[in-house]
Amino acid sequence: MTDDKDVLRDVWFGRIPTCFTLYQDEITEREAEPYYLLLPRVSYLPLVTDKVKKHFQKVMRQEDISEIWFEYEGTPLKWHYPIGLLFDLLASNTALPWNITVHFKSFPEKDLLHCPSKDTVEAHFMSCMKEADALKHKSQVINEMQKKDHKQLWMGLQNDKFDQFWAINRKLMEYPAEDNGFRYIPFRIYQATTERPFIQKLFRPVAADGQLHTLGDLLKEVCPSVITPEDGVKKNQIMIHGIEPMLETPLQWLSEHLSYPDNFLHISIIPQPTD
Amino acid sequence: MPNSLLWAVDIFGRVYTLATAGQYWELCKDAHLEFKRVSAVKQCCWGIACDNQVYVYVCSSDVPIRHREETYENQRWNPVGGFCEKLMPSDRWQWSDVSGLKHQQLDSLVLPSPHWEWESDWYVDENFGGEPTEKGGWTYAMDFPATYTRDKKWNSCVRRRKWIRYRRYKSRDTWAKIPSHDDPKQLPDPFNDLSIGGWEITDEPVGRLSVWAVSLQGKIWYREDVCHPNPEGSSWSLIETPGEVVQISCGPYDLLWATLWEGQAMVREGIDRNNPKGSSWSIVEPPVPENGIMHVSVGVNVVWAVTKDRKVWFRRGVNSHNPCGTSWIEMVGEMMMVNVGLNDQVWGIGCDDRTVYFRQGVTPSELSGKTWKAIIANRENDRSHTGSSSSLLSAGCFFGDEVRGSGDSLAPSDTETSSETERPGLVSEYEISLGNSRPRPESSREEEVALAGDGVGQAQGFAPAPRPDSAPAELPWTNIDLKETQKTSSPSAACYAETTSLSSLGLFPVGLEEGYGADDHPLWAWVSGGGCTVDTHTVLKWFTVQSGLSTSMQTLSLSITPAQTAAWRKQIFQQLTERTKRELENFRHYEQAVEQSVWVKTGTLQWWADWKPHKWIDVRVALEQFTGNDGTRDSILFIYYMFHEEKKYIHIFLNEVTVLVPVLNEAKHSFALYTPEKTKQRWPIRLAAATEQEMYDWLALLSTSCSESRRIQGRPSPQAIWSVTCKGDIFVSEPSVDLEAPMHPMPCDQMFWRQIGGHLRVVECNSHGVVWGIGYDHTAWVYTGGYGGGFFQGLASSTSNIYMQSDVKCVYIYENQRWNPVTGYTSRGLPTDRYMWSDVTGLQECTKANTKPPSLHWTWVSDWYIDFNISGGTDREGWQYASDFPSSYHGYKTMKDFVRRRRWARKCKLVTSGPWLEVAPISLWDVSIIPGCEEGSKDSIALWAISDKGDVLCRLGVSELNPAGSSWLHVGTDQPFISVSVGAFYQVWAVARDGSAFYRGSVSPKQPAGDCWYHIPSPPKQKLKQVSVGQTSVYALDENGNLWFRQGITPSYPQGSSWDHVSNNVRKVSVGPLDQVWVIANKVQGSHSLSCGTVCHRTGVQPREPKGQGWDYGIGGGWDHLSVRANTTKAPKSVPQEPEEDNFSRTTDLEEGDGGGESNFFNKTMLVMNAVPEVNGSAVTC
Repeated sequence: MTDDKDVLRDVWFGRIPTCFTLYQDEITEREAEPYYLLLPRVSYLPLVTDKVKKHFQKVMRQEDISEIWFEYEGTPLKWHYPIGLLFDLLASNTALPWNITVHFKSFPEKDLLHCPSKDTVEAHFMSCMKEADALKHKSQVINEMQKKDHKQLWMGLQNDKFDQFWAINRKLMEYPAEDNGFRYIPFRIYQATTERPFIQKLFRPVAADGQLHTLGDLLKEVCPSVITPEDGVKKNQIMIHGIEPMLETPLQWLSEHLSYPDNFLHISIIPQPTD
Repeated sequence: MPNSLLWAVDIFGRVYTLATAGQYWELCKDAHLEFKRVSAVKQCCWGIACDNQVYVYVCSSDVPIRHREETYENQRWNPVGGFCEKLMPSDRWQWSDVSGLKHQQLDSLVLPSPHWEWESDWYVDENFGGEPTEKGGWTYAMDFPATYTRDKKWNSCVRRRKWIRYRRYKSRDTWAKIPSHDDPKQLPDPFNDLSIGGWEITDEPVGRLSVWAVSLQGKIWYREDVCHPNPEGSSWSLIETPGEVVQISCGPYDLLWATLWEGQAMVREGIDRNNPKGSSWSIVEPPVPENGIMHVSVGVNVVWAVTKDRKVWFRRGVNSHNPCGTSWIEMVGEMMMVNVGLNDQVWGIGCDDRTVYFRQGVTPSELSGKTWKAIIANRENDRSHTGSSSSLLSAGCFFGDEVRGSGDSLAPSDTETSSETERPGLVSEYEISLGNSRPRPESSREEEVALAGDGVGQAQGFAPAPRPDSAPAELPWTNIDLKETQKTSSPSAACYAETTSLSSLGLFPVGLEEGYGADDHPLWAWVSGGGCTVDTHTVLKWFTVQSGLSTSMQTLSLSITPAQTAAWRKQIFQQLTERTKRELENFRHYEQAVEQSVWVKTGTLQWWADWKPHKWIDVRVALEQFTGNDGTRDSILFIYYMFHEEKKYIHIFLNEVTVLVPVLNEAKHSFALYTPEKTKQRWPIRLAAATEQEMYDWLALLSTSCSESRRIQGRPSPQAIWSVTCKGDIFVSEPSVDLEAPMHPMPCDQMFWRQIGGHLRVVECNSHGVVWGIGYDHTAWVYTGGYGGGFFQGLASSTSNIYMQSDVKCVYIYENQRWNPVTGYTSRGLPTDRYMWSDVTGLQECTKANTKPPSLHWTWVSDWYIDFNISGGTDREGWQYASDFPSSYHGYKTMKDFVRRRRWARKCKLVTSGPWLEVAPISLWDVSIIPGCEEGSKDSIALWAISDKGDVLCRLGVSELNPAGSSWLHVGTDQPFISVSVGAFYQVWAVARDGSAFYRGSVSPKQPAGDCWYHIPSPPKQKLKQVSVGQTSVYALDENGNLWFRQGITPSYPQGSSWDHVSNNVRKVSVGPLDQVWVIANKVQGSHSLSCGTVCHRTGVQPREPKGQGWDYGIGGGWDHLSVRANTTKAPKSVPQEPEEDNFSRTTDLEEGDGGGESNFFNKTMLVMNAVPEVNGSAVTC
């Protein structure tokens, strides 16, 4: 792999092998077999779990089925987080496949949002995109697009069409030649160890002296505690899409190449595994 | 955009340059002189120094300026001594010029000025019209003057031989004094102003430059014979003027304006190719009578002026036909002076702040521009205090002098400014440099420390541009420096001694030096943009103060930028690969969450119907893409059409498509699609879209789909075969392993070509991935390692390594006239005649008004002008004569000539993008790269080129990491060359303009330019035009399309023995490192139509049969150039050959000709074809 374009492709086609198991307390007519699936890292759970739902509904009575939700080791999985982020944050450094438990009862109202249909996901996804473009281009690019372009972005994600999605999304990744990057970098930093959902601040890709900001600069600014001191032991992993980019990586490049389809860099900070 | 320079003089007379890619004013390399005026063009700058002498600064270049001196030695035969020096009394001198009329001994030819040096001693020219003579170089004739032959006959009574010696201009990157006139009476007064231009009146190779000067007495002088090979010119001629002149301005073309003492402007009329001095003056009144014109500057189509009240005026309606224009328009701003540069861009010096302003928004459609924008670039680290201390003497004189000399008209206020605000700074500096004992201000001490100590690095960091003069030894604060500078400027000091004398300067207190540091903004006196190329695409960094690293470094680095080799990037690539392996490898059997479906793009296009009569019909098209789970794809293109009211369709599997060619013409936005079958038929599928954008959308989508279905992406491999169509589009093909297989090679109509952005005329490559191209405007380009560009956007194009590229070419039309006894030549022809304005064939009417640029991408950048560079020659007005149309034309009228024509040219320009970076500044005609050298070898890659002037050049420092190399090494020749090729083992062959070939001896990594040329005569009665050298094979091509193989080449005798005819009908040849032979054939017959410019592969080439047996026909219709010199992909070992068989077939192959049977393949030695009327099938016609 030698070209930046390949990064986009690799990011898009990232898959997490997953094993779905029905929660033990769910009432079934016969035993529910686990269901194995390759989940696209960049997608959202409601978009890719139609088959899972169908599989488990077959063994259940109609009246026992209410809204489906997922849980991993006791943590309900937020459907509005991209799958890759959920995995990195909760399950990286564990053995594959990823074991997800499927629930049809006792919806955890305080942890999860309801997701009545894919339209809800679309609304959420598009609002993230708009927020990201507000940060990057004062919303100029997304507002100049036509309705059908917005639809193409969403359909591209929903149907896992890389080219369809990127044909439009590349416009969101452009910036004026005289600037050296976006206005602000859309990013969210998640920490597995804190209660706070995520950190999001205004951060420019280029310093006042013209130097490109790096991932390290960002972390130093917004959560300095996670950076390993020069002589210290590494305590945290800083992970995007299952990889740990070096702290020297320019933030602008990361934003262009390692953002999720919603145009945000979702950065997970997880404790360094001990062994 | 090539880097070019804006020249300026500050009020101390120091000359600075500002590069278009730079952001600092850099002190002129030769800074020992101070100047009043400079006038620059790209290759040189003329100036009037403060000693009132005229100097020319010729910018350095890798190609020397050389001039050939020649003289003839004549001898006569007598029965006693044989040929001897004793001539008859009626004969010519023993040493004479070519005509014999002028006595010219070897030692009578001397260097014209101290700025020249001899390259070598005199030697005898042994080349006679492309044929080698016998030793001694004698040519024989019956008597003087007569026709000479190289053979001595029984009646040869006289003989002569030519002696040659080259001289070389050596004063480059330095101010060379133009020798004062021999006759002191002729130049009684020093010059006051000077302007150069006019180089566009004549094309290369004349390359004349008009140099105009104004003396203090108001007279105008023209410098004779200034041209590229004679940068100094020969003498000054006085030009009659109606009044006393103050200032003059000469544009790049034929505009010349001057200002008079009385405040009017004076316009020169009648300047043309034959009369660069013009013939008469017209007077233009100033805009307001009470404020006369003080200063004027002209471009190609503009005139700007400054009146005595400092107001700026733009002259409306100026062009070549109406050099006086129509009326004045007042512009915003008050300026000391304005200067018009290339592309009619304008600079000015502000009246109040002495800042250089750039006029923004000047475009061909809006010549007056929009606003003045201040150039606030810093000067490079102000280390130049030596320069300024010397300027003290003469700069003071300069301003003092100007006050006296030019009265109140020119610049009275700048004298005041300088004396009030700047003199204190000067003084203190002077004292420091003189005394060295007084306490220095803090700031200067710091600066000195920075320079003297280990602060070199610090200084470099501030301005990273290479500064050859940055040696720390040149410490400014010494007495020696001052003495030296005093010496150089003493004459002027003596002349104007009484002005602002040194002693009075010393009275200013030292402390005032503050504010004269590097960050103080400089005060300018003069600016010249005649060598500065700025157009709408140029991004200038002049308008902000830059800090940190200079970005010019980043933009010019090539494919291996630090960012691409950065550890973080490698880490990301590596980790992503590992992640995919970790998360997918053992789970491939898992089901995908999202089912892949078919994706369809539909649209309406037009299709060039298969049936007669051929016409465009509306069709519906659909592209169906099937995506596999791993993201790979296959696609089918359906074309639905109506035939006799019946719905029908054709479909094309995109993995069978071999190439997609954009065909742009005025009428249609169309493209052609080839498959192997369509290539054989010479009848592609042609589709047209309603708009250009739609066409490019389809083309980009289809191209990407084709590449994907063949699993080809990213940059071309180092082995790739590169080609260029006659439209300048670039195509590249990945060679399969069996392409050069000895048995059953892959047919070349199956090769898949994909397009790379950019526009080129020539592309050459080698197996290390070094690729060079040459544009139609002869600009040299180096491949950056990117892909895409042009209409490829988004994912089909690499993010980095894509740059703007522009190209310029000429469109030609012909003016035809017929002679009649009453009125002579008129534009009234016979009814049977061709159009009086036509294309070259005469069949198409082409008037100046209706002729459009070749496609929408091209825009006119010049007006129509008469083209004198046409084969056959022209008379003074560009006419060529013939007895009738169509015929061969000659450049003079005879009794038998009843028709004449002349060619008009108009330049058009295209701007596109692609993975190419310009290799400035030398323009090239041909280039060749050594196909390959041993792996891991540290030697640089041999690259040879021919400049557009015919110089042979050898590029130094070319490597995989630095494909652009570092500099040119000039290789001397006795005549201009046109083609060069460097093959394996550093075999360098070249073709000279006289059509003969040359072999360069002893070329090696240690001696990259070799030692001498071996002359190799061309095949009998043929003039060679191209040569290509592979591993051991050498092929050459003559002007009549014959392909020749060089027989008898051995390691000990690399020149070979004779030329063997291989084929006719060949336009270009490319011999590769496997000795594979590929050509572009002129015309090839397919089953449907004829195709001009077809890629052909020589079949049956074996080590023991390097000439091969036949031709295999590949892609064609409009191909113009091809390079297979990177392809070292050998086929896997196969059946051993049978030598007996080989010998047998060799004897037969010449006779076989094109008479052979049904099959298109493997049996054609000759490429000749019978023309079939239907030629319009080919996508791109030549």
